[in-house]
Amino acid sequence: MPSIDQFRSVPVVETIGGDRTMVLNMGPQHPSTHGVLRLLLEIDGETIVRVRPDIGFLHTGIEKTCEAKFYQQVIPMTDRIDYLCPMTNNFAYVLAVEKLLGLEIPPRAMWIRLMLNELTRINSHLVWLGTHALDIGAMTVFLYCFREREEILKMFEMVAGQRMMTSYFRVGGVSLDLPLGFLDYLKNFAGYFPDRISQYSDLLTNNPIWIGRTKGVAFITKEDALELMLSGPTARGSGIDWDLRRDMPYGGYEKLDFKVPIETAGDVFARYQVRMGELRESISMVKQAIANLPDGAVKADAPKIVLPDREKMKTQMESLIHHFKIVTEGFTVPEGEVYQGVESPRGEMGYYVVSDGTAKPYRVHMRSPSFANLNAIGVMCEHNLLADVVAAIGSIDIVLGDVDR
Amino acid sequence: MPLQPAVTDLELLKDRPPVACLAACPGALQSAKFDRDELTIWVDSIYLIESLNLLRNIGFTVLADLTAVDWFPSEPRFEVVYSLLAYERHERIRFKVKVNGADPYIESVTGLWAGASPFEREVFDLFGIRFQGHPDLRRILMPDDWEGYPLRKDYPVEGYH
Repeated sequence: MPSIDQFRSVPVVETIGGDRTMVLNMGPQHPSTHGVLRLLLEIDGETIVRVRPDIGFLHTGIEKTCEAKFYQQVIPMTDRIDYLCPMTNNFAYVLAVEKLLGLEIPPRAMWIRLMLNELTRINSHLVWLGTHALDIGAMTVFLYCFREREEILKMFEMVAGQRMMTSYFRVGGVSLDLPLGFLDYLKNFAGYFPDRISQYSDLLTNNPIWIGRTKGVAFITKEDALELMLSGPTARGSGIDWDLRRDMPYGGYEKLDFKVPIETAGDVFARYQVRMGELRESISMVKQAIANLPDGAVKADAPKIVLPDREKMKTQMESLIHHFKIVTEGFTVPEGEVYQGVESPRGEMGYYVVSDGTAKPYRVHMRSPSFANLNAIGVMCEHNLLADVVAAIGSIDIVLGDVDR
Repeated sequence: MPLQPAVTDLELLKDRPPVACLAACPGALQSAKFDRDELTIWVDSIYLIESLNLLRNIGFTVLADLTAVDWFPSEPRFEVVYSLLAYERHERIRFKVKVNGADPYIESVTGLWAGASPFEREVFDLFGIRFQGHPDLRRILMPDDWEGYPLRKDYPVEGYH
């Protein structure tokens, strides 16, 4: 094996096309890279010859930090990985820890989690649709999408006190019960939202400019998608019929009735259609969750793991002791390892948690969908025009916090 | 769902398809564990590509994740962890290979899944495990001139002073 030093030098400007081609730097400060993505584009005239992504600008070492935190202290960090779908990350992490503990959660907490998780998916897809359309030149859609997103963020603030970094899910349930008036607000939203989806698609689906910019652009075959480890709507746009919510249900998804939108064209338009279909399915799932929401506790009855209610903590000695112990020493988790994959708005979000029997995780690894989906950018852009790079980035719905962690 | 004790006896696990299929490659399978509804198998690093091919043949065609764990100070120090997924079987397994701490290297799987490339670069970047046959093994998340491998257990959380 060659020595490690050999890998240090980065061949940045070397080209494969000789004198015919040039290397153009795109990003990391570029509005349509959705964060700090840097792309090295090798171009022949306006045609892309090769694309090399350069990432790591947002690397904050979350996996390392997790090893120094108690299990419950990791939850706020999971929000910051994929900041457009905080609850999906919370969900994956708490499911993994609950699996390690063998902990069962009450039905009300389960339904609240499903409801908010789907709401998060809508939130994330609205940001995707707005910015994707904005990149391609359709300004109005962005304003409409953010109008509805604002309502969702208001609801997040109601339940969690935070609009974006919610940290609402806890190991053993959720932090607090839903506030008064929340369900009415959500029912009202779920009532008018399907019409709003039609409003967005009326602006885009039959719009000749939109079709021209998206149909047949950034094409990827099913075989390539499998080989490049793609997942989520990006893979479903190429005809891969796989959705973890349906095929390997977790956290109660087996109780919901939904379809998985599939398209086979494999271009930007197909991925757009898949996500628009998902918006409709998600709002229907939210409605089902509202209808099925039972009364009862929102935290598991596990005093050594779940923090006691404030009221009990102030009146009962045992609760006070448990509270003190959990806050100062954390809770121990039996030895073992678990991989929990969930379907995030971008694809398979997997949490691999290894426990060595102490109160801090031995290793937390996040398999983030954007990191894998970024693989596709090379195949998608080659032989396309320079202007289509922007459409391709938008269509894989990349979040750089998710890529770099 | 109270926790069941982990099953580590190979005799009890030998009928499971992922374990059974590895019989075609004698000496590859080191041990197996069934815990919390998840099957983990340990395979000798010499037979990495061969065993992955056998598992592909029975449907585990998707590499969902690739990462590593550092068990410092025990030896072999590292475990490279592959999470394989079978679409038709709706099944997941964890495939592990132990890697020596003194000179950590392992065969690259980019020949089987081109998409494994950034994942292997990430493991190289953060653990210092080299992947033989990787087309472009460079640091991916850390700066190119970074010293040390941050996710190793002997690397302090605060960073070097």
